[in-house]
Amino acid sequence: MMDLITQLAWGPGGWGDELAAGTLLTVSLALATLPFGLAIGLLIAVAKTSGERSLQTAANIYTTIFRGLPELLTLLIVYYGGQIVLQRIFALFTDAYVEVNGFVAGMVALGLVFSAFSSEVFASAFRGIPAGQPEAAQALGMTRWQAFRLVTLPQLIRLSIGGLSNLWLILLKETSLVSVIALNDLLRNTNVAVGSTKQPLFFYSVALLIYLVLSLISAKGLGAVEAHVKRGEQRTA
Amino acid sequence: MSDTTVHIIEARTPPPETIRKWTVSRIVGTALCGVWIALGAGLVWSLYNAFDPDVFFKYMPRMADGLIITVKLVVFSIIFGGLLAIPMAFARMSKSDIIRGCAFGYVYFFRGTPLLGQMFLMYYGAGQFVDQLESLGLWWFFRDAYNCVLLTFVLNTTAYQAEIYKTAIESIPRGQHEAAESLGLKKGLTFWKIIFPQAMITALRPLGNEIILMIKGSAVASLVTVFDLMGATKLAFSRTFDFNVYLWAAIIYFSIVETLRRTWDWLEKRLTRHLVR
Repeated sequence: MMDLITQLAWGPGGWGDELAAGTLLTVSLALATLPFGLAIGLLIAVAKTSGERSLQTAANIYTTIFRGLPELLTLLIVYYGGQIVLQRIFALFTDAYVEVNGFVAGMVALGLVFSAFSSEVFASAFRGIPAGQPEAAQALGMTRWQAFRLVTLPQLIRLSIGGLSNLWLILLKETSLVSVIALNDLLRNTNVAVGSTKQPLFFYSVALLIYLVLSLISAKGLGAVEAHVKRGEQRTA
Repeated sequence: MSDTTVHIIEARTPPPETIRKWTVSRIVGTALCGVWIALGAGLVWSLYNAFDPDVFFKYMPRMADGLIITVKLVVFSIIFGGLLAIPMAFARMSKSDIIRGCAFGYVYFFRGTPLLGQMFLMYYGAGQFVDQLESLGLWWFFRDAYNCVLLTFVLNTTAYQAEIYKTAIESIPRGQHEAAESLGLKKGLTFWKIIFPQAMITALRPLGNEIILMIKGSAVASLVTVFDLMGATKLAFSRTFDFNVYLWAAIIYFSIVETLRRTWDWLEKRLTRHLVR
């Protein structure tokens, strides 16, 4: 057992620094995906809840497609398909070889999936806010943007924080898929460590524990955020 | 009261037809629909134009075999996982701290870590203990990647389904238990005849979502040499570099998930029609 622990040492002799670097990449990929996924998801939710038929249709097609495909397949299609498309576009100008950045491909693929799911969360949150509220805000002389920012948005966050927390935990786990496209995330660095030390049980257990700790920290943090945004809901008996 | 006259309201012209104006949202919406139509047409064009009969007839049968493996993986793991999930759900609600703690740890572990990592741990981890497993007479099981994947999926979906059943069972009001008890029904009978059927209706929607998650998640099996639909697709792509195979796979996966989702919606509507007021 002791020599297994020493395998986790920092530096060239151990795998501690590789695993830490992998963890860092996993977390930064998830964090980089989040703002895109949220922004696109919110836009799509606005389209879904707008009265306009054609907008609703376009938005529903988006969600249906990216909720219906396996995340792994979406990732491979974005990675290889993006490569082919970019190659063709570049071929018009230069004959330089372009390579799709794995991080960007991972971000795009995970962002597509995340936004499809988050749009559903946002849309149901929108439906939970009575139409009378933004109307009343406008009757008070607010502009549509002011009404959104000051009246709708705070409630929207409150209603969607639970669903979004779940999606974040799913996103954190799904980043493990990028290990397939040669991106050195936590799982891939673990694979490398296993390949060299022949200790799969130990290293995969360590990796899974790291994921577990990450989701534990996230759950704690998101719980605090949720308590903060819902502080107005508390009732004293 | 003799001069009462009847006033008949004369027929009026119908209100003018409302003209749908070209608002900004309508323009954007129509444009976006146009983009989807163009993308769909592009997909069909790409599939038709770059259609390679050699690739198609060589690899389509393999993908069909892969599809069967995918379906088998999902069906078996959902069924076995479901059978294990009910005792697990009870363990989660147990009065004993130890049982409840263990069940909580199990569920938290499987829900808090990536399925892909669990699969690697199972598959490669088992390979580390060939001798021990052989002496236990279990090596034949773990030697096959398919079995390792199936076992991982079963353990994984057990955790998710246990949580679904637990929530569903807890959602049944206490009055139902009390009413059954006052009628003199035994605990087991109360559960199977009163609590369980109602809980299943609550569990129906999350259960459908879990099956869909499992179908999509099963694609990771291809990463430990199982030739499921995704595995066959990756094999075809690595040999031919024909990108269309990924599009075929996407269409197949998409159709399965969509069909299941719609069937499930219909099923839920039908099973809950007595609850609609």
